[in-house]
Amino acid sequence: MNQIIIADSLYLVTLVVLSIPLGIYIDKVMTGQRVFLSVVMRPVENMVYRFMGIREEDEMSPKHYALAVILLSSLGLIFVFALQMLQGGLPFNPENLTAPSWDLAFNTAASFVSNTNWQAYSGESSMSYLTQALALGVWNFLSAATGIAVLFALIRGFVRTKETTIGSFWVDLIRISFYVLIPLSLVFSLVLVSQGVVQTIGPYHEIVALETGITQSIPLGPAASQIAIKQLGTNGGGFFGMNSAFPLENPTALTNFLELLAILLIPASLCVAFGKAVGDNKQGWAIYLVMTILFAGALAAVTVSEATGAPLISGMLDSGNMEGKEIIHGVGTSALWGTATTAASNGSVNAMHDSFTPLAGLILMFLMQSGEVVFGGVGSGLYGMLGFVILTVFIAGLMVGRTPEYLGKKVEPFDMKMVCLIVLVPPVFTLLGTAAAVVMPPASDWLTNTGPHGFSEILYAFSSMGNNNGSAFGGFTANTVFTNVLGGLIMLIVRFVPLVAVIFLAGNLANKKLVAKTEGTLSTSNTLFIGLLIAIVLLIGALSFLPALALGPIADYFTAIT
Amino acid sequence: MEKIKSASMVSKLRPVLVSFLVLVLICGVVYPVIVTSIAQMAFPNQANGSIITITQENGTTIDVGSALIGQTFTKPQYLIGRPQGTSQLSPVSEDQKALIQERVAWWQALDPENTAKIPSDLVTASGSGVDPNISPEAAEYQVERIAQARNMPAVAVREIIDRYTTGKLLDLWGEDAVNVLKVNLALDGRIQ
Repeated sequence: MNQIIIADSLYLVTLVVLSIPLGIYIDKVMTGQRVFLSVVMRPVENMVYRFMGIREEDEMSPKHYALAVILLSSLGLIFVFALQMLQGGLPFNPENLTAPSWDLAFNTAASFVSNTNWQAYSGESSMSYLTQALALGVWNFLSAATGIAVLFALIRGFVRTKETTIGSFWVDLIRISFYVLIPLSLVFSLVLVSQGVVQTIGPYHEIVALETGITQSIPLGPAASQIAIKQLGTNGGGFFGMNSAFPLENPTALTNFLELLAILLIPASLCVAFGKAVGDNKQGWAIYLVMTILFAGALAAVTVSEATGAPLISGMLDSGNMEGKEIIHGVGTSALWGTATTAASNGSVNAMHDSFTPLAGLILMFLMQSGEVVFGGVGSGLYGMLGFVILTVFIAGLMVGRTPEYLGKKVEPFDMKMVCLIVLVPPVFTLLGTAAAVVMPPASDWLTNTGPHGFSEILYAFSSMGNNNGSAFGGFTANTVFTNVLGGLIMLIVRFVPLVAVIFLAGNLANKKLVAKTEGTLSTSNTLFIGLLIAIVLLIGALSFLPALALGPIADYFTAIT
Repeated sequence: MEKIKSASMVSKLRPVLVSFLVLVLICGVVYPVIVTSIAQMAFPNQANGSIITITQENGTTIDVGSALIGQTFTKPQYLIGRPQGTSQLSPVSEDQKALIQERVAWWQALDPENTAKIPSDLVTASGSGVDPNISPEAAEYQVERIAQARNMPAVAVREIIDRYTTGKLLDLWGEDAVNVLKVNLALDGRIQ
């Protein structure tokens, strides 16, 4: 246990140390300053703008910004869907995989375009190398870049006064991709390959097993390049079905540690970048601290439950809950990964969450249900948390009877309407989806477990899709027409409704004048505010989900101990 | 009027189409091609699945597995790995308890003389279902049995196990692990 505590603490320290330079770098990139990659990238960037027929300085109104996001994502949705349906006749398909069903293709397209990466398919038996690289891989990049772009549109809303534009989506998209996501992924993927993550376009490799003499097929493919961005972009969709538990995706303790860092690296860096961009580092650190406190609390609970919560069985040596976990990861880094992947809206797994102990499963679910704001998705986690910040400012304002303001901007009715959309759309659709699935007559056939844990499988699935996370309780049979279609629609709604609300919030904020700071202005970076923000995040999550959680993991826990 | 409208429509759609094409080309073609090329040149074994090839007695070579993918072993002279496949069951459920008890009984039947408690990784399945490793405790649990079945000293078995045991990262992250396939190949004298 001591080893785990030291390892987890050092993980967090490493994360913070790396996030500072990266955060400063991202801020520079997004505000058009010169960075070390400019020598190489600047000419390419300019050429792309010329091809696109745009000028860097042409900015967009909120309406245009939102339209650009929606158009690009719609095009992506069609492209990813079409490529899957046509893969049988296309090249780079050594295993001759045919098209998936239309509902599975729709679900997968919606999932990757919305940065969810929920997978109702198993990569090695469903998707050709071409589909993986050209459709799924590309949207690992683009959905991540879209999230960060929208975050910076919101930041401009805070920074600007009396302006009608919030930046150019095209410039944001290109810069994040060229200066941040692609270079980081390139380096990371090569480190992964050096450790044993596969990267080839050759067919699956046949081997003859030593004792049994049976021929087995080792699945291969261009995996490392996709896994790098899957972790960095909080996507989480595995190249192979068993995701990062599968040794060819995550073969060593080193890859596990680096992939763990990659899950939270950009979301954490964005807190630093936010402080820089609004010209007040303390604001960034306050949010960073809130996320870290919530994360550390969750991590402690998950780790203790996993280390001590498995039942003792006579004849077996007690060494923590090892069901569904790999030896090299053990209880410690499996619990750390589970917490990180559900805190960030990553969704990759290195152990089977279905076989986590009930209380650990509860925490993982709650991290998703709180709206994916504890680090959260790249960009989307921080803009979601800023929604909670404005809500907290608003509630605090009501308590003291002053007009609420944040970063010198008055919070008015239109802003609060947008905040409500940001904060409330995901829980509403999570609960609606769960309720709809539970009343489906064949629902019990979709589960491996019975009773409360069976309900947890459904609740987890819709919490995951309803908050764009993408991880799963593996026992849930996801590939049905019902779940594919309903889940696909939910993933699109909970991604794009809040996202468009953020863009309009940004536009409204950019148009306002700054109010002067007075003695009565509520500090949004002191201990009191940090405590208040933590309370609000927990409260909204608890109010929305306590009844559902009581029927699932809480009941599961109590039936087990009685 | 119509013409102006369609012209502005094209100018609106052009950035969407061009940015999409450019990013598909760069992220979906150029990037994986660069990574694949470097990977195949610099790390050919790792990039192709860490396949273990051995030379048979008749001089031909055969691929006996991937160092990273576990295989089924059941004979007493081999180091036996974890159960294949995943249960996806709650660890506190009756079904899971029954499954573990079944596995405990299997191990006790295989080696009735061994009264030590069975390390939990031998009676639980991994997440991947093909975990190539077991814990050092799980290997130690099997040492005497293997030595007896092969009529070799236990020290020699331990020596081979140690050779194929990997440690934690910086003694901190992850766990020590024994690669089952490599140990068995070494026991059979197929690899050094």
